[in-house]
Amino acid sequence: MTRDLSFKLALGLLVVFVLVALFGPYLLEHDPLRGSLRARLDPPAWAEGGSAEHLLGTDRLGRDVLARIVQGARISLAVCLVVIAIAGSIGTALGTFSGYVGGWVDRVLMRLVDLALSLPVILLALLFAAVVGPSFLNIVIVISMVLWSQYARMSRGETLRVKNEDYVDLARTSGLGHVAIIFRHVLPNIAPSLIVVATLQVGVVIVLEASLSFLGVGVPPPNPSWGGMVAEGRSYIVTAWWVSALPGIAIVLVVMAVNVVGDALTDRINPGLRGRGA
Amino acid sequence: MLKHLAGRLAEALVALVLMSLVIFLLSRVIGDPVALLLSDSATEADRQLLIQQLGLDRPMWQQYFTFLGNALQGDFGQSVTAGREDALELVLSRLPASLSLAGVALAFTLVLGILLGVLAAITRGTLADLAVRMLALLGQSAPSFWLGIMLIYVFAVHLGWLPTSGFGGPAYYVLPALTLGLFTLAAITRLVRASMLEALSSEYVKLARIKGLSEWSVVLRHALGNSLIPVVTFMGTFFATMITGAVVVETVFAWPGIGRLAYESIMARDFPVIQTVVLVITAFFILANLIVDLLYLAIDPRMRAAG
Repeated sequence: MTRDLSFKLALGLLVVFVLVALFGPYLLEHDPLRGSLRARLDPPAWAEGGSAEHLLGTDRLGRDVLARIVQGARISLAVCLVVIAIAGSIGTALGTFSGYVGGWVDRVLMRLVDLALSLPVILLALLFAAVVGPSFLNIVIVISMVLWSQYARMSRGETLRVKNEDYVDLARTSGLGHVAIIFRHVLPNIAPSLIVVATLQVGVVIVLEASLSFLGVGVPPPNPSWGGMVAEGRSYIVTAWWVSALPGIAIVLVVMAVNVVGDALTDRINPGLRGRGA
Repeated sequence: MLKHLAGRLAEALVALVLMSLVIFLLSRVIGDPVALLLSDSATEADRQLLIQQLGLDRPMWQQYFTFLGNALQGDFGQSVTAGREDALELVLSRLPASLSLAGVALAFTLVLGILLGVLAAITRGTLADLAVRMLALLGQSAPSFWLGIMLIYVFAVHLGWLPTSGFGGPAYYVLPALTLGLFTLAAITRLVRASMLEALSSEYVKLARIKGLSEWSVVLRHALGNSLIPVVTFMGTFFATMITGAVVVETVFAWPGIGRLAYESIMARDFPVIQTVVLVITAFFILANLIVDLLYLAIDPRMRAAG
């Protein structure tokens, strides 16, 4: 019962996150990139000295923290969607191909996936990011490059399970080509498991992007990435805690919601996967 | 079993060589080493001489094998920063700080994680269980860079109980170890809770209860022992999480370990140090996974027969 309640709460939170990312920026009067020098480091409305003008206060350049968090939601969502599209299609294509063909091709490809999974992710991402420099496109490529392998492993295992089912045999004997079998019979049947991987990865992508932005190799300023905002607020945490604390709370809430939803989906769709994924 | 062992060792070596190739290629793209080493007043002739000295005029594959050969002899070159320190010595000098931090973090997460997991399982459905599960959820969702800053704000700045950052006595370990360990603590707690619940509803625990054993004996001797196997299988992942997590945590806490060195050298485009530190971290990462594999082999007799 509490499980169901937390699932609904988490799902609601995710819907809010997506709506804010999509429409939030149009509803706010403050520009997330332009500050006012007269309103530097104003506290949030509820704190002493705060005003309703800036509900969540302002940062060092007098920019509205709420407007920046809302704009940051859009950036986080965009990074997630693009990364999952890129990593998901590369990983799924390789994994499905590998599982369907089998034999030595499969063995070689899976060794590669094992290798990719055995390398330290954040260090690789940091290295790549430092090489290519900070930009939206680069951060998306970097994170995709370190996360594709999980889709490959999952889709390969699922393809192995599906390819010997009766309906695939039937399709084959009725003369359907391999490509048609993969698209019509294999992919639709392995899709639920891949959706679980993708859901659990939303949290990983958000934290990875935020960490890289925090370290200065992610989304470049002045764009308000949540990780970058935490980094900016770090040096005056003593006098203005809200600049660092609030974007971090946004990260925690979204990632928590994603994890709850992901776990619930795992239980429903593929109970054998518990504990894996992220 | 020997065959299995040899296979795993070979795999680990391939992973390490592959990583060295990735690092080599990346660091050649990262920075122009010549531009970094030359002074502003250098002439074109100086430039050419240095290119020749460093072997940068030779084909890429030749440069890679030279790099690999030197690395095998422990020669990773010198830092390009002012000190010109030996890259390997620099990395090794930072290693104890990182290992001691990871060790402390791992020890406390193991003890606390198992305790909390067992507590949640035997009080299933109560408020205590709910509290532990909320803590675990929070621990898996809070990014460590933010968590570290918040802990510094509350415990060092506000309450003044602990030092804000830096390296020193036991008090200096508390906040970084907590930050580094929280994600793993959450993972262990969830893992132990789930496998304890499974064990508590199993036939052999029912049998032990029927035999009239005390509840403590049932929980500790029969259920707990079996619930710890999954923790062992995930130990490699845990250790790996801590090694890579160190990059962020050590940066936040100004901890003089290899994680911070990795970050600083990447930012300074100090490529001999980058190569060394990334390779050393990867080696630890792979070694940890290898050890866990062997541990697992020792625990589970079926693996021995199959290998």
